[in-house]
Amino acid sequence: MSVAHPLPHDAAALHVTGQARYVDDIPTPKGTLHLAFGLSQIAKGRITAMDLDAVRASKGVVAVLTADDLPFDNDVSPSLHDEPLLAAGEVHYLGQPVFLVVATSHRAARVAARKGDVEYAEEEALLTLETALAANSRFEDGPRIYQKGDAAVAIDAARHVIEDTFELGGQEHFYLEGQAALAMPQEDGGMIVNSSTQHPTEIQHKVAEAIGLPMHSVRVETRRMGGGFGGKESQGNALAVSCAVAARHTGKTCKMRYDRDDDMTITGKRHAFRISYRAGFDAEGRIAGIEFTHLVNCGWAQDLSLPVADRAMLHADNAYAIPAIRIESHRLKTNLQSATAYRGFGGPQGMVGIERVMDHAAHVLGLDPVALRLRNYYDAPAAGGSATATDNGGSAPRPAASPRDISEKMKDNSTPYGMEVTDFELHEMTAQLLETSDYTARRAEIADWNAGNDRLKRGIAFSPVKFGISFTLTHLNQAGALVHVYQDGSIHLNHGGTEMGQGLFQKVAQVAAARFGVGLERVKITATDTAKVPNTSATAASSGSDLNGMAVKAACDTIRDRMAAHLAQTYQQPASAVVFEGDIVRIGAEEISFEAAAMLCYTGRVSLSATGYYKTPSLEWDRIKGQGRPFFYFAYGAAVTEVVVDRLTGENRILRCDILHDAGASLNPALDIGQVEGAYVQGVGWLTTEELVWDGTGQLRTHAPSTYKIPACSDRPDVFNVALYDAPNREETIYRSKAVGEPPFMLGISAWLALSDAVGAYGAAYPHLNAPATAEEIWRAIGQVQNGV
Amino acid sequence: MTITFHLNGEEVSLPDTEPTTTLLDWLRDDRGLTGTKEGCNEGDCGACTVMVTDQDGVRALNACILFLPQLQGKSIRTVEGAASPDGVMHPVQQAMVDQHGSQCGFCTPGFIMSMVTAHTNGATDHDDQLAGNLCRCTGYAPIIRAAEAAQAAPVPDWIAADRSFIFSEISRGEVADRGAEPPATAAAPSNTLRPTSSDALATAYAARPKATLIAGATDVGLWVTKQLRDLDDVIFLDGCTDLKQITVTDSEVHIGAMADMNRVREALAPLHPSYAEMIRRYASQQVRAAATIGGNIANGSPIGDNPPALIALRANLHLRKGEARRTLPLQDFFVDYGKQDRALGEFVEAVSFARQPDALRVYKLSKRFDQDISAVLGAFNVTVVNGSVTAAVIAFGGMAGIPKRAAHVEAALIGQPWTAATIQAAQAALDTDFTPMSDMRASASYRQETARNMLMRYFTDLNGAPAHVLEVSQ
Repeated sequence: MSVAHPLPHDAAALHVTGQARYVDDIPTPKGTLHLAFGLSQIAKGRITAMDLDAVRASKGVVAVLTADDLPFDNDVSPSLHDEPLLAAGEVHYLGQPVFLVVATSHRAARVAARKGDVEYAEEEALLTLETALAANSRFEDGPRIYQKGDAAVAIDAARHVIEDTFELGGQEHFYLEGQAALAMPQEDGGMIVNSSTQHPTEIQHKVAEAIGLPMHSVRVETRRMGGGFGGKESQGNALAVSCAVAARHTGKTCKMRYDRDDDMTITGKRHAFRISYRAGFDAEGRIAGIEFTHLVNCGWAQDLSLPVADRAMLHADNAYAIPAIRIESHRLKTNLQSATAYRGFGGPQGMVGIERVMDHAAHVLGLDPVALRLRNYYDAPAAGGSATATDNGGSAPRPAASPRDISEKMKDNSTPYGMEVTDFELHEMTAQLLETSDYTARRAEIADWNAGNDRLKRGIAFSPVKFGISFTLTHLNQAGALVHVYQDGSIHLNHGGTEMGQGLFQKVAQVAAARFGVGLERVKITATDTAKVPNTSATAASSGSDLNGMAVKAACDTIRDRMAAHLAQTYQQPASAVVFEGDIVRIGAEEISFEAAAMLCYTGRVSLSATGYYKTPSLEWDRIKGQGRPFFYFAYGAAVTEVVVDRLTGENRILRCDILHDAGASLNPALDIGQVEGAYVQGVGWLTTEELVWDGTGQLRTHAPSTYKIPACSDRPDVFNVALYDAPNREETIYRSKAVGEPPFMLGISAWLALSDAVGAYGAAYPHLNAPATAEEIWRAIGQVQNGV
Repeated sequence: MTITFHLNGEEVSLPDTEPTTTLLDWLRDDRGLTGTKEGCNEGDCGACTVMVTDQDGVRALNACILFLPQLQGKSIRTVEGAASPDGVMHPVQQAMVDQHGSQCGFCTPGFIMSMVTAHTNGATDHDDQLAGNLCRCTGYAPIIRAAEAAQAAPVPDWIAADRSFIFSEISRGEVADRGAEPPATAAAPSNTLRPTSSDALATAYAARPKATLIAGATDVGLWVTKQLRDLDDVIFLDGCTDLKQITVTDSEVHIGAMADMNRVREALAPLHPSYAEMIRRYASQQVRAAATIGGNIANGSPIGDNPPALIALRANLHLRKGEARRTLPLQDFFVDYGKQDRALGEFVEAVSFARQPDALRVYKLSKRFDQDISAVLGAFNVTVVNGSVTAAVIAFGGMAGIPKRAAHVEAALIGQPWTAATIQAAQAALDTDFTPMSDMRASASYRQETARNMLMRYFTDLNGAPAHVLEVSQ
């Protein structure tokens, strides 16, 4: 069967030969026009005059559009209608698109876009969390608060109380392919759009609004993206809408791609947080209660900030059963790029908070940080409480592990938002990882090494991940598919998910091939297309395989059942006697090839095309109260990272990383391990070298790879051991697999904690380490530890 | 001017070429070869990497900051030409498929061409070979596994053939000196010159002293791709083979201005290994293969990594204007931020320094180890005789508007015993020498303190302690 095999990415051969086509590679008609934005040069103010004559006169310019020239809605927001395509009077950040240049070449458009003469009445910009908080500049009326029990009382009564505040920087997606879109005007005024987007339906929706047509007049196609990571969930809207508007205006095919500096200057990034905590522990390190305050830098527009900030709150517990907790979240509006979706969607920020608390408590209590964590873990599922077997085609559900800590009084095993944790895998995973990584012996060995080294210190840390799977906006948890079987036995596969490198198309094709019992070569993977599958959700929230795999399974099963019924009738056998396996269809004692079966069904006038649909069951969520079951299940992971740092400069590097990650019964272990390795390195980048720096005017100074440093080849761990925890999902997902896009990103937290551990080796105080822990930040934190602050 | 080169085994002749058209734009827009990708358009991500073969060997270069005239007489291979003409994958391509080395695939063509180049050269230091290729998806592990899996395979015939194009071109005399002046055709813009010797350059530059000199284009490339400048007169220097010479005698090291940084690294490795190690981290393979030592000096950057190291070696700079030549200590070349002691029409011909016992240590401090611009670069060259400091040259990059010596620190060392106490006293003198600034790379205080600490690192380094986290393994 095709599932569970480590098959290569479906486009691997195209990638390595340069044939894989991205938006900017699509051959375009002669006369195609190219677009560029003129950008705001200030962070906040009112446009008082705009002289664009020099822009219009610039070589190759065909048209220049401002907000006043837009025919219909001037909006590219995915949420609140607060994000004009082109600034309408007010500008809200330095880099905001103000006017749109349409020219005969990409370079001509870029050259012209710099010639605009715009005058502003400048106003004081809110560039920091302090100023935004002081000005009460926020989204939603006030802070959102989730709580369970009375945290303040619990903390006050606790034996040990710790508190601190630290900074968590944002993160640029740095997808290697910048944002790009292409719009081809059609005979009836409609538009065909190629977009590098995780959300074709959103592009369709915004383009339709912008050109005043129903959604049926806009078709959006996405074959692949050169990376997305959340950065192409909403940030592609502006380009696609610009192309459509310009195409409507000129009657020509229009293309827009951001130069890298423009891309980084214009588009949103991961939300920066300031996290404050106050936590109470007993003498054995059991947590009594905790209070978190999240200050969230949302930038200038709402975009996806509310669900991002919600998800940060929903991961403030991570793997720990916390009896009393209060989480207060302020979604602050500032004059910076509008922060947006980024792998983990707030989860990483929430999780860093609680993991730091655990390390801080272990330091204060003099306990091993792993031992302290284990004492606070959620309980393992009780025996017999797991899902029942169904026809998911995959392995049977696994028997539940026997509960641990049976001597302890039973914990309340529900999350701060009232969801019972029934699939907690981390006890077993942690035990396995500690053994394979030789954690205990290495920790002792590192302590010895540090005692003999004054200048260089090593550090080691463990961190677990429990990540909730489902969109917290419940209605997004649906997907559709369209499958055709042709009379020659070849299969056309389409679904609403998009391919950004994660291998979704391959995984889903493996599902389709498995349902028909055929080889993968029969399955044609086709581009995401809003005309084939409508009303899709963004490929986001790690949901791609879960949702689209199930939808495709449903479509395939519909066709297969029709084929089985027809063949059963033809061969005078019961339908249950028809088996699809090994490229053969067996009907009782008869065997025919799959293509013969397809031909028989075609000539027998059987419909060989079907849609499939899936919606995630069991979800119920009230985001205002912070109560319910927002997630179908949790995905788990655990990592141990070892680092070395230098007191003189703060220079540091990762010596070793061991990971055990839970992908359920993996649909494709090779692709899943690829996700885990890549996510870890990206997570480490976020917390170490990837520093976003704005100057006092609101200008982003790190707007290119020359100044913004994502991990390079040699930054990956010297020793990098990654394994999958091979256990089927306890919930009924596609072949009992688990989502794997986002969860392993947070394994990178172990590297940040290991750096903190190494910094702590220079003195007695608990390190006050912010993120990103650049060499400078580590150097600063070491100084603080040495001075006993 | 007419540009002739081989592209994926076929001869291409471009009679009418804008001199600042980049290879990347030409490949994608004119030639329809869209396998080569634009990731950053400034030579920092490697998505546009191509393989270029010429008389000097086989190298990976960034097509986004490579102008067409720089390709004269060379052989270029893009990702479309990595497989055989009948579609047999190159061993690194097959290994990348087998090892799951691509995810989104956008960086992959660039990785493939860096890997093909390394494979052709028999290089197995994969982390260094690939330091100039960014990947955001894989975490690099499977890419390294692929490079390792392919390294033992023989170089395919169709790749090896690129060398024969070059050699046959030479034997046909077609890449011989085309003279300082381009053939005057109606179509050829007359503002592009490609002299093939220092003499020809001297003549040409004297005639057009305001022309932009283009060596490796790793800096000037960005004037075009990022600042969107139109350059008027341009003079391409890569044909000046006599400026590429590196000569090491018993008494002197003489490096021609057009020596690329990979060759400088090779030449310096046996003499001053710490300098060579710094060059290993200087940008990336692709940039080092294009960037020249003369360019790095002449552009006067306060954060260029060669000048402090060369100043610490007491290097001299050799300048030429027309027939007139002069030599000055390199440290005197840097007058002020953005201002060098170079007259109109004068160019850097070479840099040289005396052979000396190796006491040089060069410490590069940056946010990321590889392919990053220094926050601080410290170069230390202290002579200790009988336990006392007899001479000291210490220079820093990133600490002032120019690469600059730490004169007060040097003074605090000279004549003193070589002890920790002396070092501590000298560290205090650094405040007199420098008042660095804060920017996106580092704060002023971090620069100041780490510059001091580098002096202590130098002291313990010479005493044999591990100098750097890069020397620690698990």
